[in-house]
Amino acid sequence: MLFQLHEPGETPLPHESDRGLAIGIDLGTTNSVVAVASDGQTEVLRDAEGKGLIPSVVYYGDDGSVVVGQDARRMILEEPDHVVSSIKRLMGRGAADLKTLAGTLPFKLDTAADGGMVRLSVAGRTLTPVEISADILRAVRIRAELAQGKTVDRAVVTVPAYFDDGARTATKDAARLAGLEVLRLVNEPTAAALAYGLDNAAEGLYAVYDLGGGTFDVSILKMEKGVFQVKATGGDAALGGDDIDHAIAERFLSERVKEHGTEIITEGEAKQALAAARVAKECLSGRQDGSWVIEVDGKPSHHTLSRAQLEDLATPWVSRTETICRNVIEDAGIGVSEIQGVVLVGGSTRMPLVRAKVKAIFGREPLADINPDEVVAVGAALQAEALTAGSDTLLLDVTPLSLGIETMGGIVEKVIPRNTPIPVAMAQEFTTYQDGQTAMSIHVAQGEREMVDQCRSLARFVLRGIPNMAAGAARIRVTFTVDADGLLTVSAREATTGTEQQVAVKPSYGLTEDEMAQMLRDSLVNAKDDMATRLFAETAVEARRSVLAVQAALKVDQDLLSADERQAIDNVISRVEETIASKDRDAVTASMEDLEAATKTFAERRMDRGIREALAGMTVDKLDNALGGDT
Amino acid sequence: MNASAIATIVPCWSCKGPVAARALFCSTCGAVQGPGSIDHFTRLGIQPTFDIDLEGLEKQYFGFQRRLHPDRFAAKSGKEKALSQAQATSLNEAYETLKDPLRRAAYLLNQLGHPVDLTACGTINDRELLMEQMEKREALADSTTAEQVAKLAMQAESEVIACQCHISAAINASNLEEAGHLTIRLKYLAKLAEEARAKKSRITRLP
Repeated sequence: MLFQLHEPGETPLPHESDRGLAIGIDLGTTNSVVAVASDGQTEVLRDAEGKGLIPSVVYYGDDGSVVVGQDARRMILEEPDHVVSSIKRLMGRGAADLKTLAGTLPFKLDTAADGGMVRLSVAGRTLTPVEISADILRAVRIRAELAQGKTVDRAVVTVPAYFDDGARTATKDAARLAGLEVLRLVNEPTAAALAYGLDNAAEGLYAVYDLGGGTFDVSILKMEKGVFQVKATGGDAALGGDDIDHAIAERFLSERVKEHGTEIITEGEAKQALAAARVAKECLSGRQDGSWVIEVDGKPSHHTLSRAQLEDLATPWVSRTETICRNVIEDAGIGVSEIQGVVLVGGSTRMPLVRAKVKAIFGREPLADINPDEVVAVGAALQAEALTAGSDTLLLDVTPLSLGIETMGGIVEKVIPRNTPIPVAMAQEFTTYQDGQTAMSIHVAQGEREMVDQCRSLARFVLRGIPNMAAGAARIRVTFTVDADGLLTVSAREATTGTEQQVAVKPSYGLTEDEMAQMLRDSLVNAKDDMATRLFAETAVEARRSVLAVQAALKVDQDLLSADERQAIDNVISRVEETIASKDRDAVTASMEDLEAATKTFAERRMDRGIREALAGMTVDKLDNALGGDT
Repeated sequence: MNASAIATIVPCWSCKGPVAARALFCSTCGAVQGPGSIDHFTRLGIQPTFDIDLEGLEKQYFGFQRRLHPDRFAAKSGKEKALSQAQATSLNEAYETLKDPLRRAAYLLNQLGHPVDLTACGTINDRELLMEQMEKREALADSTTAEQVAKLAMQAESEVIACQCHISAAINASNLEEAGHLTIRLKYLAKLAEEARAKKSRITRLP
C-alpha cells in the first residue's frame, strides 16, 4: 500500500508578528557579519561607514566596559593585554588542547583553571571563550536592533561544518548568553550554498570551498529545485588565514630581532607584527611587493615582502586544503568532472595563490561573482526567514565527523559514521562484564582515528541503576541522537527490565548547566526576566496549539456535543486565551489542564465514532479477523 | 498481516480525536504525528522490491522531508519539534538503507523472512568465496602501476553490478536462499571495489 502525502495544516504561523525579528549571523574568527531577509530579499546590516564586517575583536576596559568591533581592534596596539581576537579558535577547546596551540595564539591563558573549558586572563578578569563570543554576538544583536528598529531575539548562527560537538554547543551557549534563541546552527558552506544557489537558480553538484580566518571547510552539495543536500563535508577547524598571518609575523619578528639585536619579543611587538602581517597579506593580493614598518616603543623596524615570498610562506597551509578537498570528493563518491561549479567563501579565498589552487583541484575557474565575506551571513538570514515565516527550500546536512565509543584497549568503535544525514539516531547494545555490576562508564569520542586518544573526547557518563544480574545478562541499549543542529544527545535503556536509565553527561570541554545558569545571571541584570519571558513564550505556543486543535475538532465533530457541553468548552477556551493575554505562565498551565479535562468526554466520543466508521467500511470476515485479536 | 482495523485508528496526541495510525498529519487539527513502526519501503511510498529506481527514491525522500524536516517546525511547540525530528530521522534511516544496494538487499531479505547476517565472517559454505576474494585482494596489493589498479578497479566494479543483477533475479524468482548467499558475496565485492577505487585515486594523485 502506498502513502499519500497529506497536506499539513498549512496555516500561517499564528502570532508570528508579536515575536522579535530573526536574523542571520556569521560568527567568524576574524570578522562577523549580520544580515536579515524579508520575502527572500536579503540585506547585510552595515555601520555608518557602510562596512558590513564587524571585527570579531573585544576590548575589555579596566572600568568593566566592553567594546566590540573596529574600535576594539584599534586598541590592540595600545592595550594589547585588554583585547581578545580570534576567540573562535578556542570554542569547545580544553585546556589540554592549548599546550600545542598556545605558542601561536594571541591569548594569555588562565593557567590556574584546571581541566574543562579554557579560561583567558584579560584585563584582570577570567573569561571563557563562550562569554567572549557572547559579547561579540550581543554587539551584533544590538547593531541589528538599531538598524531595524525592532527587538531581535532569535537567530540562525553559522558554524564551520567541521566544528565538533563541543564547539557547536559552545556557540549555542554563547548565543543564549547574548539573549538570542538559536533557531538553527547552520554549517557555513551550506549557508553559502543556499545564498548562492537561490540567487543563481543553480542545479546539480557544487563544491563550496570556505577558507576563513581560522577554519577551513569544503562541502559538496547537490542542489535541486530548492533542496540543498550535502553529499560530503570535510575540513580542519584549526586552519585558516590566521596561520598565514602568523607565518608572516614570525618572519617579520626575526627580521626585527636582527635589526635591533634584541632577543626578547614583547607582547606588544608580537601583536604589532601580526597586525602588519595581516595588512601585508591583504596588500599582496593586489600587488607584487611592498614594504612595511613596525614601530613599538619608538623603535621602528623595516620589512619587505614580495608576493612570491608570501606564497612560499602560505603554500604549506594551502596544500593542506588540497588533500582535504580530494578526500571529500572521494567521500562524496563522485568524480571531479561531475562538479558543476565551485563557490569561494571566506576572506582568505581572495589570495591569488588560493584561487589558483582551487582551479587546479577542481579543474575549473571558481565562481567569484559573490562577496566571499558576506555570502554566509546572507544564507543564514535566508534560513532564519525560512524557519520563522516558512519556505519551500530544504537544507539536508550531514555529520562532519564520526561518532564513536571507547571500547577495550582504547579503540574507538564507530556508532555514527561521518557524512551521515542528520537528524540521525543509532543505537548500540552493551552488556556488563561482571556479576552484579550495577554501573557502567561510557566514553563518547568524535573523529576518524582508531584510538580514543587521537579523537576528540566529547563526553563521559556513567550508567547507573543496572539491575543486579549475571555478567553479560544485562542488555543496555544506548541511543545516540544527532539533531538538525548537529548536536549529540545520549539516552540509555536497560532492555530486559525496560527501565530508562539516567544518563548524566559530563561534557569534556563544555559548560555544565549550573555554570551556564550562573553566567546567564551574571551577564544580564534582567536575566531572570529574560528567562521568564522565554519560558512564557514556549508555554504560550503550546497553549495556542491546544486551542487551535480543539477548535479544529469542534468544527468537524460539533454534533457530538449538546449546546451546554459546547458552551462549557467555549468558556474554557476563552479562559485560556485570557491567561495567555495576562502573560502569567502558571495561569496558562492551569487553564490548559482545565481545557484538557473539559474536552475529555468529547475526545472519547470522537474516538468511538472514528472506530465505528473504520469498522463500518469492513467486510465481515475482515471484521472477525480484526476483533479476533490475532494481530 | 492481520492488521486490526481497531489498531489502525489511534487518538491524535494534539486534538485527541481519531487519526489513522500511519497518517503523517492529523486530518482534523493538522498536527504532525509520530513516525510509527512501518517498513522503509512504505515509509518512502515505494514498492518493496530490490529493483528500485534511485531517482524516484530520491524524489520521494525529498518530498517527505520537505513536509517533515525539523526546519518546517522551528516555530512550533516542543512536542511538534520532537515528532518532526523523529520523522526526519526515520526518513533518513529508510533512505540510507534503501539507496545502498547491499543494505537494500539485506533489508528486503529480512522483510521477506530470510535474514542475512552481514556482520558474520565467512562461513564454511563461503569457503570458495573467501578464496576468490583473497586472491583478488592479493592481486590488488601486488599491483603497482596506475593501469593495473585501474583495470582491477573496473573489474571489481563490473562484478558488483553483475552480482546485483543476480540478486535481483534470485529475489524475483523467490529463491531467497540463493539471494542470501549473493548478498554476502556482494558485501565482499563492494568492499574490494571500494579499496580498488581508493588505491586508484591514491596512485593517480601522486605527482
